[in-house]
Amino acid sequence: MTRLWIIAGVTFREVARRKILWTALLAAAAFLSLFGTGMHFQVHDPRFSQIPPVVRYQALSSILQIGFYAIDMLGVLMTVLTSVDSISGEIASTTIQAVATKPIYRWQLLLGKWFGFAAMVLVYVALTFGGVAAIGYFIGGIHPRGAWQGAGLIYLECLLVLTLTFLFGTIFSTLTNGVIVLGLHGIAFIGGWLEQIGTVTQSARLVSLGILSSVLMPSESIWRRASYLMQSSIARTLDFSPFATRSAPSTAMVLYACVYLLVALLLAIYRFQQRDL
Amino acid sequence: MEASLPTETLAIETSALRKQFGSKVAVRGLSLQVRRGEIFGFLGPNGAGKSTSVKMLLGLVKPTGGHAQILGRPFHDVEMRRNVGFLPEDFRFYDWLTPFELLAVHGRLAGLTATQLRSRVPAYLDLVGMTPHRDRRLRGFSKGMMQRIGLAQALIHEPELVFLDEPTSGLDPMGRHLVRDIIRNERKRGATVFLNSHLLSEVEITCDAVVFIKQGEVIGRRDLRSSPEGEIHLHVRANNLRDDILPGLASWITSANLRGDRLSLTTTSMEALPSILRYLVSRNVDVFEFTPQRLSLEESFLKIMGEDQGL
Repeated sequence: MTRLWIIAGVTFREVARRKILWTALLAAAAFLSLFGTGMHFQVHDPRFSQIPPVVRYQALSSILQIGFYAIDMLGVLMTVLTSVDSISGEIASTTIQAVATKPIYRWQLLLGKWFGFAAMVLVYVALTFGGVAAIGYFIGGIHPRGAWQGAGLIYLECLLVLTLTFLFGTIFSTLTNGVIVLGLHGIAFIGGWLEQIGTVTQSARLVSLGILSSVLMPSESIWRRASYLMQSSIARTLDFSPFATRSAPSTAMVLYACVYLLVALLLAIYRFQQRDL
Repeated sequence: MEASLPTETLAIETSALRKQFGSKVAVRGLSLQVRRGEIFGFLGPNGAGKSTSVKMLLGLVKPTGGHAQILGRPFHDVEMRRNVGFLPEDFRFYDWLTPFELLAVHGRLAGLTATQLRSRVPAYLDLVGMTPHRDRRLRGFSKGMMQRIGLAQALIHEPELVFLDEPTSGLDPMGRHLVRDIIRNERKRGATVFLNSHLLSEVEITCDAVVFIKQGEVIGRRDLRSSPEGEIHLHVRANNLRDDILPGLASWITSANLRGDRLSLTTTSMEALPSILRYLVSRNVDVFEFTPQRLSLEESFLKIMGEDQGL
C-alpha cells in the first residue's frame, strides 16, 4: 500500500504544479472577487435595505446559490481538464513505463493517481466553496443551509467526473476522453433541465427523460440535490433555474451516484490491468 | 538450438512467447535463455519484435501465448520486479521534477528505505554525471541527459537484472563510454544485463552473448565470450588445389568451397590458421595468398538477417 501513497503524493504534486490548476484557481479568484463585489453592491444598495428582512434574506440566499452553482461548474471543469491526460497521456508519452515496471500493482498505480487527484479536487472545492460561503457570511450576513452536505455533494460530483475521466482514459485517447466526459456531463445538464421543465408542466415523459439522463450520468442530479439542500425555503418555490430546484433528486439518487462511481472505478482498474502499456 | 540450462542458472527463460495485435503477429514464438550474470545482446532489424518482447518480459504487454520466467519466477510476478531495472528507449518522466526528486521517487517505488536513499541518490547522480544538474527541473533536459537520469533510475535499487533499451542512442561519445563502464560495473556486481541496441559495435564490445531475432523468433545465437573472434573467413589462392585435400581440413574448419585456384574456408579460431597452412603445404599445395578475414558482429548480423526487405 505504501507504493499507492507514493503515487498519490507524486500525482498531487504534479497537479499542483500544472498551469491549468493555477489558471482554474485564478478563474475562481476572479469569480469570487466579482461575486463578492456584486454581493457588496446588493447589500449596500439603499433600496435593498427598504425591503422586508425576510425577503432580503431570501434574495441574498438566491445570490448565494448562484455562487455555489458557479463553483460547481468550475470544479467539474477543473477536474476534467487536469485529469483528462493522466492515464491516456502517460501511456501515449511512455512516461508510465518506468513506473509500471517497478514492483507496483496496476491497481495501486491507478488508485494512487486517483487519490492524488481526489485530494487536489478536495482542496479546490474547499477553497472555492469556502470562498463563496465566506462572502455570503461576511458580506451578505447569511449562512447557507446544509453547507456541509452541499459541499460534500459538490465534491462527490467532481469525484464522479474524475472517475469517469479515469475510466475513459484507460480506453481512449486524451482528446476523445475529454469529449466523452464533458459530453456526458452536458447530457446530464440538459436532462436536469428537461426534468425540471417536466415537473413544472407536469409532463411525465420529460421527467422520465430527465431521470434517464441522470441514470446515464448522475452528476447534474448530485448538484441539484446539493442545491436543494442549501437553498432557502422560498427559493424552493421559485421558478426553475439552474440555481433553484423544483424537483429534487432523492437520497436514493445520491446512493446510486456512489455505486456508479464505485463501479466506474472498478471498471477503470480492470481495464487498466488488462491493457497493454 | 542450445541445450536447456538448469533454471537456477538463468535470469530469463522464455518458451514460445507470442504476441499478436489483431491479425498482426509482433512476436511469433520467442524462446531464449539468458544466464545469470551475463551481458546479453538482443539484436534484430526494425520491426523484429524486440521492444514488444522486452515489454512482455516486463509485464507492460500481455503475451498472447507462451511462458516466461524472470529470475526463476513468473514474469508477471510484481514482487519479482524489486530485482529488475528498466531503462526504456525513450525515457520520460514528469518534467517538473528535479533529477534528485526523480531518483528518490523511483528508489522509494523500488522499495529502498530512507537511509538507503540518502546515500544512493547522490551516488547514482554522480555515477551518471548528473550531480551538477541535480536541482534543475527535467524540463529542458536533452535526450542524452534524460537517458543518463533514466539509467540511474534503472540501477538505483541495484537490481539483479537490468533491461537497457537502446541506452546509448541519445548519448555523445563520452556518454557511450560511460554506459560501457556502467555495464562493466554491473557485470562485476554480478547483475545480468539485457541489452537491446542497434549499435552493434557497442554490443560487440560489451556483451557476452547475443541472439538475433527476426519476426519475433530467435534465428541465431553467438557466444562472444567463448569465441570472441566470431567466424573467420579464409581466402586461399594456390596451385594444385584438389578435392581430395578437403577432408583433411575438417578438424579446423566449418565450411569449405573450392573453385579452381581459389579456396574459401570458414573457421572459428585464429589459432587454427598456422595448422591449416602447414597442412596445405604438406599436401604439395603452392600457396600464393592466404588471407584471414574476421566476420564482425555487424557482418554476422547482415549475413543472418539476409537482405533488407524494406519497411
